[in-house]
Amino acid sequence: MRYVATVKVMPKKTVLDPQGSAVKGALLDLGYGGVKDVRIGKNIRVEMEAPSKSAARALVEEMARKILSNPVIEEFEFAVIPMDSSGEGAGGIAP
Amino acid sequence: MKFGIVVFPGSNCDQDCYYAIRDILGCDVDYIWHTVTDLRGFDCIILPGGFSYGDYLRTGAIARFSPVMKAVKDFADGGGLVLGICNGFQILLEAGFLPGAMLRNKGLRFLCKYVHLRVENNKNPFTCLFEEHEVIRMPIAHFDGNYYADSRTIEALEARGGVVFRYSDEKGGIAPETNPNGSVGNIAAVINEAGNVLGMMPHPERCVEELLGGEDGRRLFESIVSWFSGRRGVGS
Repeated sequence: MRYVATVKVMPKKTVLDPQGSAVKGALLDLGYGGVKDVRIGKNIRVEMEAPSKSAARALVEEMARKILSNPVIEEFEFAVIPMDSSGEGAGGIAP
Repeated sequence: MKFGIVVFPGSNCDQDCYYAIRDILGCDVDYIWHTVTDLRGFDCIILPGGFSYGDYLRTGAIARFSPVMKAVKDFADGGGLVLGICNGFQILLEAGFLPGAMLRNKGLRFLCKYVHLRVENNKNPFTCLFEEHEVIRMPIAHFDGNYYADSRTIEALEARGGVVFRYSDEKGGIAPETNPNGSVGNIAAVINEAGNVLGMMPHPERCVEELLGGEDGRRLFESIVSWFSGRRGVGS
């Protein structure tokens, strides 16, 4: 069975995110005075074969811990959905 | 003694290290391709600067899984000397040889300039020819050199003397103004607990003769040779 996983990697809340700070400054400069915080992360899409959804989830979690994120500075969340015949996941891509 | 310089796809300071060791130090040195898994015959392994695997995902994140890194781990566990410079330091962090991680520079700029460093620890193979608290000059060249670890990790690192260089002014003063990239505690170089693995953001290979603007980097390489010959003398 083919699955599509989306892994969202974000800088930990305790870690300074220089890119997010710069974009926040730009948004404030543009007049979006209500902006309080901006953080920039990564969205990683993995297509994979796995015998079951739970097996796919276990593998994706392992990948996220091992290489896709660095636990010293980042945290992650992920979602796994079966792929339909058009090659897309059967639902939204956000975890 | 014999040096080995690991070459990853995207390393670009490997030839500068080779020149420093062969032409300036007059030591035996060889390149080591990243697929090599046998490091017998080497006494010091250098992970050079550059952009291994294009810095994709995170700096050093993909290089740390190269076949050679398993061999480097065994080499270090056996007491072999490992020096990670710039991207090499980032790889050592990703691989867990050293604590912490690198964030993007606080000012969001690629920094390429000479900086002053204060020697915090000279009781190790890499800085034994420097004086304690001596101020030296070396170039930095990085986008992700903002060293970070949580406060408990930093406390433990400081308590055991694991900080080897700190960004300072020309008199050795340590302040936010002398911190080019936002690193916690102005930390520029970190050594492991066993004292045989050093990671540093500054480039010693870029300052090995006056023609290059300075010679403090040469003294770092000479420290390694001096320490190694001393140890061999004691052992034999």
